[in-house]
Parts: sequence; structure tokens; C-alpha cells
Amino acid sequence: MVNPQLDSEGNLKHLLTIEGLPKKILTQILDTAETFVNVAERDIKKVPLLRGKTVCNIFFENSTRTRTTFEIAAKRLSADVINLNVNTSSQSKGETILDTVDNLIAMHADMFVVRHSQSGAAHFIAAHVPSGISVINAGDGRHAHPTQGLLDVFTVRKYKPDLHNLRVALVGDVLHSRVARSEIHALTTLGVPEVRVIAPKTLLPAEVEKLGVQVFHDMKTGLKDVDVIMMLRLQNERMTGALLPSAQEYFKTFGLTQEKLSYAKSNAIVMHPGPMNRGVEIDSSVADGKQSVILPQVTYGIAVRMAVMAILAGGSAGESA
Amino acid sequence: MTLPNPEDLLAEITAKIKAQLEINGVPNTALVGIHSGGVWLMQRILKSIKQDLPFGTLDAALYRDDYAQRGLKSESKPSNIAFDVTDKHLILIDDIFYTGRTTRAAMNELFDYGRPASISLAVLINRGGAELPIAPNIVGAELVLKPNQDLQLNQDADGKLLLSLQKANNG
Repeated sequence: MVNPQLDSEGNLKHLLTIEGLPKKILTQILDTAETFVNVAERDIKKVPLLRGKTVCNIFFENSTRTRTTFEIAAKRLSADVINLNVNTSSQSKGETILDTVDNLIAMHADMFVVRHSQSGAAHFIAAHVPSGISVINAGDGRHAHPTQGLLDVFTVRKYKPDLHNLRVALVGDVLHSRVARSEIHALTTLGVPEVRVIAPKTLLPAEVEKLGVQVFHDMKTGLKDVDVIMMLRLQNERMTGALLPSAQEYFKTFGLTQEKLSYAKSNAIVMHPGPMNRGVEIDSSVADGKQSVILPQVTYGIAVRMAVMAILAGGSAGESA
Repeated sequence: MTLPNPEDLLAEITAKIKAQLEINGVPNTALVGIHSGGVWLMQRILKSIKQDLPFGTLDAALYRDDYAQRGLKSESKPSNIAFDVTDKHLILIDDIFYTGRTTRAAMNELFDYGRPASISLAVLINRGGAELPIAPNIVGAELVLKPNQDLQLNQDADGKLLLSLQKANNG
């Protein structure tokens, strides 16, 4: 099957999901992000790569952090940025997604950053736009959140450069988490030998083992000797029915406390994609503790998003010409 | 065509940079190497002048005018300018001067770090063919090459510099 994210020469055309992306592309994105990390430390935090290009953030679902970091990333590349909160605009008046997109194309948008509560929304838009316009998936339903997955592996690589020698545990609501799926694909593609998921049975998708992970239902055995702990947010807004007895009980069993953290290696890092539910999936003393790299994740997220936009923009003019 | 020995050319530009240092004053001067060849040259120059100069490395890929066509080379390296460029005399070091577009991009990038007192350009070889009103200040050798000739600087396993001339694919 043709990968809709790649052009005929195997270059990245859209970023929709990490699943199926070759290691070469993932490494290219991570290496390129390294170049952008120090742009933020300069007097002038801008490079002229996307000068004259227009990036549209279309958010059919709210997400302040993701939208803000995409906006900062695009602006640091010198693009013009338009933010559309579609919740509050035309869709509420009955306009279809493709009509919204067509209107933005008529305004000469060059790149779309799409967030939607339905899985597949970004693919749907990518299949519709003319060549030369790129689509970045900023989260679609339970499916994928590729830039989050990439920034997480970028952060892992920064702190634990030897990916081939790592034990990584994802803890929490894997069932509803598009982040978890993206992280698992990125980690396994880049050669991390052992990826574990730790969660109650009700919060694991069926046949999760097929993603190449080991499954644990208990923190003590699951966290033993891990190098990286990736906490997942309890997705209250995506939960239907009684999957959990209560938030307090969840915290008691799966919440990351100092005590549970001590099961992991002493130099293990703790990550969380945010926003955190303190006292539900993570204790404040861990979230703010010295093993936490939660805020560096946010900083690196900008560099990784800049890298994705830069790679998508480069070469596209040559191809359409 | 016989190519000059790059080790001789390096000695020549090193001597000229030393002379420049005496004019500018050591604490006010910094070296900036352009990836990859310019960085190798800068490291060799730093070793032989034995002065404690601030230095940095630059990959001007993000500032190039042909970005939309070429994209990023996957091997592009991060720039690293860890000193304050403001009021410094910067000596930019590159291996081969051709169109001047890399120099233009490098200068734009340097100005995003601050306002240097001056920027001069030292190159091993000026091969002719400038497309912008930019010229190197310090040159090891001038060669006249045709557009379809591709001159490359390489380093062997011992760090010895080598020049090679090939037919360009896109010439």
C-alpha cells in the first residue's frame, strides 16, 4: 500500500502518523530538531525558512498547549500563522470540514496543522488538498499524535542517547491515548528493545501486545529496572462507562509516587505529555522532582515541530515546479 | 589540472589570520567555521595559532536562498555560537568560495546572534563565479573552474586535508 505521507521519492509530504514511517525519516526529524533547539537561545529567536508561507492551525478540538507550541514553532520559522478554533466558528454554523479547508486553500494557505476528535480527520484532509500543501496531524481521536510521539522520543534521546539499550515503560490510559500509540511506534522503530505498558485491563486496547510491547498490570514488577517512565494522562473526557472505580483508587494503584518511582533505575527519567492530573496519575513531588523532564519536553516540542514543518516545506516548491 | 596542496594553503591562510589578529586584538576576535570543511580548517588554525580565542560553528542551511528547492540536507549540523558576537571582529572560515550564497546566509545567521564589529571571510580556495557582491578577504589560492567542475575538500583518517575535483552532476 502506498504510504500517503510520503512522496514518490520517499520524502515526507504530510505527517499523519508515526506508524509505517521508516526509521530514516524519524531520524531525519530528530536530527533536524537538534538544529532548532539552540534557535530559542539566541537574541533573535527566528530563522527565515518559512518566510512568506502561511500555516493554518485548524483545531476542531481544543488544546491550548499543542496549538501554542505549533504557533511558536511556525513563528520561529518566520511563517504567518492563522489559528482557527472551529468549535466556535463556521462548523457550528454547519460548514463541512472540506469546505473550511477549501476556503483556507483559497486564501493561499501552505500548511495545515489539524486537530480533531475523530480518528482519521487529518488523513481525510491530506487526501483532499492539492500537492504542495502539507498536513500535520496534531492529534486525531484515539488514533495518533505524531509530533507528541516524536518530541517524547527526542527527549528520551537527549537524556538517554543509547536507545538500543533502554527499557521504557508507558503507564496509564493506553486505551484512549493517541500519544501512547505514537510513542510505541516511534520507540520500536528507533530500536528501543523493551517497551512496556502498565495499566489496568480496562484501559488497555485489545491485542496491545501486537504493537510489540510487554504488558504489566502492576507497578512494582512493571517499573522494575526501567530507564524511562512515560506517564499518560487519564483521559476523563474520552471515557465512557465505568472503566475505573475512582480517581483515588487509580492513584493508589497506578499513580506515580516517590515510592513507586524507586522501583525503576535510580537515574530513570519521568515524562508526561501534559496536561497533568496531579494526584491522579502522578504525585506532585514526582512531577516537580529532579527526575522529572516534563518541562524540557515542552521546550523540545517546539524544536521538533519546527523540524517537521521545515522538512515538509523544503523541497515542496521544487516538486510542484 | 594539478590542484594545490591544501596543507600549504592552510599554512598560508593561518599566517594571514595571525596578522589579522594583531590588528584586531586577540580578545576582540573570534573565529567561526562553516560546516563541514570550514570547521576542520578552524580547528587546525586554532591549534596552530595557540591563542585562546572564542570560536563557533555555523551551518547556514536554515538561511539559504535555495531552501525551498533543496530542503534540509539530512546531515545538517546545529550551529553553535556560544560566545557573544556583539562588538566582536568575526573571521568566518570556509573551505571553497564559489557563488557567495553560503556566505550571505552565514552573515544573516550571525546577525541573529547580535551585532558584530566586523565580519571578514577566510577561504582556502576562491574558485571564481561569485553571484553576489561578496568576496573573501583572506584567500589561500585562486583557481578558475568551470561550472560543471565540483571541487571538494575532504579529510582522511589522520585528519590530513585532501582536495578532489569531479564532474558535477547538475553542471
